[in-house]
Amino acid sequence: MSPTQWDLPVELCCRPMAFVTLTGLDVVYNAVHRAVWDAFCANRRADRVPISFKVLPGDHEYPKCRPKRTSYEWYIPKGILKTGWMNKHLNLVPALVVVFYELDWDEPQWKEKQSECATRVEIVRQSLQGRNTKVAVVLIQKKTPLPPGEDVIASERAAALCNACELSGKSLFVLPHTDHLVGYIIRLENAFYEHAQTYYYTEIRRVKSHKEFLNKTTHQLLFVRHQFKIAFFSELKQDTQNALKNYRTAYNLVHELRAHETNILEIKTMAGFINYKICRLCFQHNTPLDAIAQFRKHIDLCKKKIGSAELSFEHAAWMSKQFQAFGDLFDEAIKLGLTAIQTQNPGFYYQQAAYYAQERKQLAKSLCNHEASIMYPNPDPLETQTGVLDFYGQRSWRQGILSFDLSDPEKEKVGVLAIQLKERNVAHSEIIITLLSNAVAQFKKYKCPRMKSHLMVQMGEEYYYAKDYTKALKLLDYVMCDYRSEGWWTLLTSILTTALKCSYLMAQLKDYITYSLELLGRASTLKDDQKSRIEKNLINVLMNESPDPEPDCDIFAVKTAQKLWADRISLAGSNIFTIGVQDFVPFVQCKAKFHAPSFHVDVPVEFDIYLKADCPHPIRFSKLCVSFNNQEYNQFCVIEEASKANEVLENPTQGKMCLVPGKTRKLLFKFVAKTEDVGKKIEITSVDLALGNETGRCVVLNWQGGGGDAASSQEALQAARSFKRRPKLPDNEVHWDSIIIQASTMIISRVPNISVHLRHEPPALTNEMYCLVVTVQSHEKTQIRDVKLTAGLKPGQDANLTQKTHVTLHGTELCDESYPALLTDIPVGDLHPGEQLEKMLYVRCGTVGSRMFLVYVSYLINITAEEKEIVCKCHKDETVTIETVFPFDVAVKFVSTKFEHLERVYADIPFLLMTDLLSASPWALTVVSSELQLAPSMTTVDQLESQVDNVVLQTGESASECFCLRCPSLGNVEGGVATGHYIISWKRTSAMENIPVIRTVITLPHVIVENIPLHVNADLPSFGRVRESLPVKYHLQNKTDFVQDVEISVEPSDAFMFSGLKQIRLRILPGTEQEMLYNFYPLMAGYQQLPSLNINLLRFPNFTNQLLRRFIPTSIFVKVKLKNFLLFKFKVLKTNRLLFHVHFTEQYFETNSDSFAFYSMYLAVLLFISIKLLFIESNFKDLYFLR
Amino acid sequence: MAVCIAVIAKENYPLYIRSTPTENELKFHYMVHTSLDVVDEKISAMAKALVDQRELYLDLLYPTEDYKVYGYVTNSKVKFVMVVDSSNTALRDNEIRSMFRKLHNSYTDVMCNPFYNPGDRIQSRWALLPVSASSPGGPYFLCPHPVQVGPAFCVLLPSLCRTCLAILVAKMQPFGK
Repeated sequence: MSPTQWDLPVELCCRPMAFVTLTGLDVVYNAVHRAVWDAFCANRRADRVPISFKVLPGDHEYPKCRPKRTSYEWYIPKGILKTGWMNKHLNLVPALVVVFYELDWDEPQWKEKQSECATRVEIVRQSLQGRNTKVAVVLIQKKTPLPPGEDVIASERAAALCNACELSGKSLFVLPHTDHLVGYIIRLENAFYEHAQTYYYTEIRRVKSHKEFLNKTTHQLLFVRHQFKIAFFSELKQDTQNALKNYRTAYNLVHELRAHETNILEIKTMAGFINYKICRLCFQHNTPLDAIAQFRKHIDLCKKKIGSAELSFEHAAWMSKQFQAFGDLFDEAIKLGLTAIQTQNPGFYYQQAAYYAQERKQLAKSLCNHEASIMYPNPDPLETQTGVLDFYGQRSWRQGILSFDLSDPEKEKVGVLAIQLKERNVAHSEIIITLLSNAVAQFKKYKCPRMKSHLMVQMGEEYYYAKDYTKALKLLDYVMCDYRSEGWWTLLTSILTTALKCSYLMAQLKDYITYSLELLGRASTLKDDQKSRIEKNLINVLMNESPDPEPDCDIFAVKTAQKLWADRISLAGSNIFTIGVQDFVPFVQCKAKFHAPSFHVDVPVEFDIYLKADCPHPIRFSKLCVSFNNQEYNQFCVIEEASKANEVLENPTQGKMCLVPGKTRKLLFKFVAKTEDVGKKIEITSVDLALGNETGRCVVLNWQGGGGDAASSQEALQAARSFKRRPKLPDNEVHWDSIIIQASTMIISRVPNISVHLRHEPPALTNEMYCLVVTVQSHEKTQIRDVKLTAGLKPGQDANLTQKTHVTLHGTELCDESYPALLTDIPVGDLHPGEQLEKMLYVRCGTVGSRMFLVYVSYLINITAEEKEIVCKCHKDETVTIETVFPFDVAVKFVSTKFEHLERVYADIPFLLMTDLLSASPWALTVVSSELQLAPSMTTVDQLESQVDNVVLQTGESASECFCLRCPSLGNVEGGVATGHYIISWKRTSAMENIPVIRTVITLPHVIVENIPLHVNADLPSFGRVRESLPVKYHLQNKTDFVQDVEISVEPSDAFMFSGLKQIRLRILPGTEQEMLYNFYPLMAGYQQLPSLNINLLRFPNFTNQLLRRFIPTSIFVKVKLKNFLLFKFKVLKTNRLLFHVHFTEQYFETNSDSFAFYSMYLAVLLFISIKLLFIESNFKDLYFLR
Repeated sequence: MAVCIAVIAKENYPLYIRSTPTENELKFHYMVHTSLDVVDEKISAMAKALVDQRELYLDLLYPTEDYKVYGYVTNSKVKFVMVVDSSNTALRDNEIRSMFRKLHNSYTDVMCNPFYNPGDRIQSRWALLPVSASSPGGPYFLCPHPVQVGPAFCVLLPSLCRTCLAILVAKMQPFGK
């Protein structure tokens, strides 16, 4: 963009730097000079002093200095600031002129050279006549100078040169052309900078000196001018603090000027300049708040200074520029490290600039609407002789005229007309869009998404005004979804309206339809008449006709648009548009709802599609189709009506294809699910509703899933939250809000109509072939086929159970590890209605615990659903938990031959192994046989035949066996000696014949075997009789390899008399035995202690009598002779006073003896007597009592 | 007197928005909508503060050339936005605060209305507008029905309009019998 009238001048916006000119350098042909110049101008970073250099020829003409005014008394200024002044001091009038001259101190022709140099200096001085500009000389030398003071010739000649050139010593420099050029140059620069500062200081003093001559009435403008100049020179001097102070004063002075319509532009322009400088310096000083405050003040002061009403757009343009310039300054400061915040960032200023630019456009539109016949005035009043204005902000046709009266109204009019006509050609939209996009960029940076959207809407609208509809649509479309998602319907409607216009003017069919759909919908806040119009247009478009133009469109644009529409209509093809509704809010709402969350496969799947239109007039759709995740069902769910194109409008309220506004339309669909889909989910993936038809244009609204658009989720939430009672509606109608989308359903298998029973006798016993009888009975009406049985351990239980459970169909053989835990798909055959079948399963459980068993029966059946024959697979399963228990407990113990408990057995001495089988089963068990398998270390004393063959044990009963064993001496075995195994073969008593017998092997415990030196066993009868001889023989065996000395003694006992050796000492040879014979004579009846045998081994003191007692009996039962016994008994009875009875019985018993019959008779009589005695006794008691 | 008053739902959609110069309603809608950027930012900054110390008044959201936009957020994250003319120097911070407090009371009245469903747009044309520093305090008649005539006269149910009242009376009849 070329700079316009409103852009700030470049010299204002740049950073003022001291201006120094370099003469005497031939940068084109002289390599040394070129290098010097490059060192000056190249690589000027911030650390270098701020000087702008320029190479000029030595005889350059500098701007002439005006003759000094001696008095201001008659001087009337013509304006505030000359347009050329800033440029003059930045680029034309140097602060310092440097004369470069090649001269070495040892130059042979010194005199000549010295005078030539002097001449050059003189020429420069001539051209600077009247200026305070300093002059300096730099001698370019080939040799490195000696340290100061050492070179006598040099100091002499330097002094001479200074004299010749009329220079002070400070203004003469030497530049040796050696390696360290840049270093020398930097030192030179710093020296130049000092000179320049002195120059500007004197300039400031010079301007200040004018002040005292000024008076307030006529020189008001000069006050501003001088203040500005002081500030500007301060800036050149790099004294920014003073510059800022002076600019502030200048700013206040500007506003003190008398403002009038004729000079208001000049005042505003200057105020703008000074404000710019102040803000810039404030940002530079890192006081952004000062800058903002100054700018606010500036705007507040100038906002109302509109000036001429005919040119009010100029004010808007100026305002816009102020904001833009400030925004630029702000942005620049941010780039240099300032941090901005969300509520204070350049974006706001750009936005405001855009706002004023829009206002400018509006004003220009109303003020510059001249008829085309009005020509641009000739001669051009805006032309000046020099092409530029003399003073900033003045009118070209009355420059320098300070009078507030318009001397030439005609000229004024022409001037205003020229400006207005020029304004008409300004591309306002372009300016606005640039500003807006600047603002957008800023707001994006400062987290203001909504502000950004708003500005983008404005941009879109501006593009619309600029007739760039494509860009407008792109922008509007981009932001639309933000407003939609946040539910700002008013704003959305306004944006949509603009977008609709754009799409109309471009004849963009799809966009036009989409926007129409949404503007008719519930999100639109348009009035009904507007909606009617849009609906009519939409129907027109669907019937392949042109829509009516949108209101408030440019007439010319409408004409082109109509042509475009006509072209569209004649074009064939691509007349079907599919529009996904999930991103917007169309005027038709859709909800799909399955009747149930699951359907049996033999029942038709039913669902409803609810449709509701929000447009003002009824609308007819042509087709509705529903798509499923299984596409095979799509064909069943289509509603189509073959109708002519023009029928969209006819008969509007008839038929189910017609949507009446506000009414909910329900459409029922039904189909039979495929049997393959059993266990799967049927999902509605999309619903397509076609408006219009193929002959005209067709719009397919596509709802993803079971309906719902951009706004419906929020509405559903709101409806769910609502506790409003809805008024009653007729039966066939429903409230839209109460419909909840259900877009998927499960297909589940048909309900089986068979019964499965399990018959068994729990609990199961470990390792037995447990019988499970499965009974399947069909209750179906027709034959069922392919009945299959899956039975066994229910999967998903402990993995160990799987290994310890085996299932088989054949009970006659025992299962082993190879049998599976679950038998799958055992074909059973077909079943007629009512038929029943039984299947026996045998389960073998190796461990105790509970297990879940599954019996799963599946079958096929032919079913007619909705006049369709389908084959349904049904299944029924039964689960049963079966506990497994041990059938019996086996206890084993070792006892001595005296049945005394043994902790250890003695080598070579017989002992008894007792097994005790205790039934734990609730069912009767049959012990088929038992077997004792002895370990090789054990030998049996007698036959090992089973004593419990075919014993039936009820619960809690036990079966015991006893085996006499002997363990040969083995020496000392650690941990005892293995005994062997006890094997029990058993089955349930109730089990059938062919069920195999289960062998349960029980490992017998180990036993500790100990050697003893002497073994004693006694040989005596099982009982004795009172006063009858009782022979007892003791066998003493020496089990050692030594000769044993044995002391034997028998202690007397009260119950016995005895004969034999009472005390003896004898010797027993190894491996031999000694017999001791005694004859006992019992004296008392009953269980009597035998006279105890004490044996003392001299070699083995720990062989005690205690140990001995284990082997020999210590007591014996002594019976009485019957006659003696009875006599004894009657003695007892006699004491009970009933002598006559006793005598009688005594008599009786004496006669018969020794027979069992007699004995039992005796018992009976004894009983009789006892009763009798009691009876009599009681009588006596009574008698005694009566007395 | 505010030139525009808006009540914004927790989900940032407008519940109620009304402006006095009705001719440029859209501008105020945009202004309120854009101010939510600042409200969001302030709320998220506030979330870090302790609950007790939370200030409902959000202060000046941002100044524009002609208007000042103020914000207020209730504990249930319903936002109130008020646009005030910049030139109106009579409205200082205190006045704005008290206006918001009144607005909050009015909103509470709306919520108390048994016929109002929280989250619905407040449709009364009339509601909330008399909010100003100078207007006498007292009930603001808010209800979901567009009010045809002035305030309801019922003293007991001050937040009901006539339509609401009529419905309520009709509903109460069965209890009387």
